[in-house]
Amino acid sequence: MNNLIKGEKYDWEMVIGLEIHAQVKSNSKLFSSSSTKFGSSPNSQVSLVDAAMPGMLPVINKYCVEQAVKTGVGLNAKINNYSVFDRKNYFYADLPQGYQISQYKYPIVGEGKVTIDFKDGTSKDIRIVRLHLEQDAGKSLHDQNPSKTYVDLNRSGVALMEIVSEPDIRTPDEAGMYISKIRSILMYLDTCDGNMQEGSLRADVNISVRKPGDEYGTRCEIKNLNSIKFIKQAINYEAKRQIEILESGGSIEQNTMLFNTSTGKTRPMRNKEEAHDYRYFPDPDLLPLEISEEEIGKIKSSIPELPDELKDKFIETYKLSNYDASVLTADKQTSDYFNETINSDPELKNHAKIVVNWITSELFSLLNKNNLDLNNSPVSPENLGQLIKLISTNEISGKIAKDVVEDMFSTGKTARQIVDEKGLQQVTDQGEIAKVIDEVIADNAKMVEQYLAGKDKLLGFFVGQAMKLTKGKANPKMLNDILKQKLNKKN
Amino acid sequence: MKIDKNTINKIARLSRIKLDDKESEDYIKDLNSILDWVEQLNEVNTENVEPLSNISSSILPKREDVSNDTNSSEEILENAPDKLEGFFAVPKVVE
Repeated sequence: MNNLIKGEKYDWEMVIGLEIHAQVKSNSKLFSSSSTKFGSSPNSQVSLVDAAMPGMLPVINKYCVEQAVKTGVGLNAKINNYSVFDRKNYFYADLPQGYQISQYKYPIVGEGKVTIDFKDGTSKDIRIVRLHLEQDAGKSLHDQNPSKTYVDLNRSGVALMEIVSEPDIRTPDEAGMYISKIRSILMYLDTCDGNMQEGSLRADVNISVRKPGDEYGTRCEIKNLNSIKFIKQAINYEAKRQIEILESGGSIEQNTMLFNTSTGKTRPMRNKEEAHDYRYFPDPDLLPLEISEEEIGKIKSSIPELPDELKDKFIETYKLSNYDASVLTADKQTSDYFNETINSDPELKNHAKIVVNWITSELFSLLNKNNLDLNNSPVSPENLGQLIKLISTNEISGKIAKDVVEDMFSTGKTARQIVDEKGLQQVTDQGEIAKVIDEVIADNAKMVEQYLAGKDKLLGFFVGQAMKLTKGKANPKMLNDILKQKLNKKN
Repeated sequence: MKIDKNTINKIARLSRIKLDDKESEDYIKDLNSILDWVEQLNEVNTENVEPLSNISSSILPKREDVSNDTNSSEEILENAPDKLEGFFAVPKVVE
C-alpha cells in the first residue's frame, strides 16, 4: 500500500493521531443529578453544581465509571485500579467553574488498541494511549447577536470519555475507519450513543507531515470535528497546507486550528499565548477513584459480544470473507439483522454470502433511497430470509427477486404473498421453456440465419425475447442451455 | 523561587484580575513571603514518595445514576446580570 502524497518537489507521509470525545450514555451527569437529555429547552437541566454555585460539591456517578471501564475493556486496554481527578483551569463563558474536572496524570484507562480492516483483506492496529473521564462544557451561541454570546449550560457537566490514540494513522481514510471502529465498539457496548450530529462523538485531529523515514514533523491540532467527512476534508486540507509551507522553505508553527465546514479550510485559532497554561492540580473536592479487580471482573462479565469477536465468529461459521464480516459487524443493527435473517431458516446457513449481498446491497440501497435505516425497515429479517430461500430453491430468479423486494418494501407483504399473487414462480419446466424458444426461433427466422452465419451477439437478443414472453420467469440457466441446443441443432 | 513583576502580571492575567502598580508590589511581597515559608519543605527528602492527594483514608463516595428534574431555568438564571429566552447573555466571545 502506498500512503504517500505528492507535493511539488517530494513525496510526503501524513502522521495523524486522534483525540475522540465520546459522551457517556447515562441518565445523569458525571458529578450531579441533572438529566443528560439532548435537545431540552436551554438551562433546564442545570443543577447548582453544574452552574458552579459557591459551596457546591461534586459527587461521582457510579454508572459513568462503569461505562468508562467497559469501554476500556472494549478497547483491549489496561484498566487502572487507581485514578485521580484533576482541575484543568481555563476561562470561558460556558465553563462556570473556571476549570474542567478531568484526569491528567492518572487516567482511569491506560494503553490499548483497536484494529481496522481494509477492503483488500488486510488490517492494521491503531494503538490507544489512554482513556480518561472528564466533564463536558456548556454550549455557546455566537451568531445570534453582534455583541452577545448566549450560553446554555444543559451540557455542562455531562460525562465525557476522551480517547487518545498514538500517531499511528497515515491517511484520511484510516482516520475515518478508526473513528468508525471506535464508534462501533461504543455502540455495541452501549456506552455512547455514537450520534455525531448531536455532538455525542467528536474528535480533535493532530496532524503533521514528513518525508518517509524522517522523524515526526511539527504538528497542528484541528479542534472539534463532528463528522467523518469533515475529519477527512480537514486532514486533506491541512496536510496540503503544511506541505506547501515546507516545500517553499518555511517551517510549521505548532498551532491549534479551526476547520470551517463551509469553505473546507483550516485557520489558526486566535493566538492565545497562555492558552496552554492549564495549571492542572488534583481536585481537592474529590478523593482518588479506586476500582478493585473484583469490580473490574464483574463489569467484564457483563460485556456483550464485541464487533471483532462477532466478525471472527461470522468468518468461522459462515465462511465469509474478512471484509464482508467487517461490513456486517460495523454496527450492531446490521449484525443483529444478519443474525435474525440467517437464523430464520436452517437452509439459509448454506447461503450466507447471498444473505450478506442482499442486506448490504439491495436492502441498504432501498433504505437509503427512502431515508430509513434497519431499525425501521419495512422488510423484516424473517421476510428477507423467506425471499432469499425462494431464490436459493430456484423458485424465483434473482432478477425477479429484485422486483419482489421493492414490492415488499412498499406494501409490507411477504415474499411468498407477492410471488403467489403475481404468479412469479420461475418456470423450470423444460417443455414449457422449449415451447417458448421454438416460438422465438420461428418468429425471428432472419436473425437466426444471421446468428448461424456467425453473428454470436444475437444470442442475447433471443434470450431477451424468450424472457419477455415468459415475463422474466424462465430459469435463466435452463433458458440459455435449451436455446443454445436448439440453435446448434439448426446448424 | 522568586515572584517578580512578570510573574505577578502573568498570574493576574490568568486569573482575569487587574492590578495597579501598588497592588502588584504588595502581592509580590506577600506571595514571596508565603513561598519562602513553604520553601522550607524542600529540606525534606521526598525521593520515591508519591505526592499525597488526600489525607483522608475514606473512599470516594459514589451516587447511583438517577436524574432528577427539579432544576428550573428561572432559578438558575436568577442572578444572571443579563439573559434572553432562557440563555445566559454574556459579552461576545470570539471563536
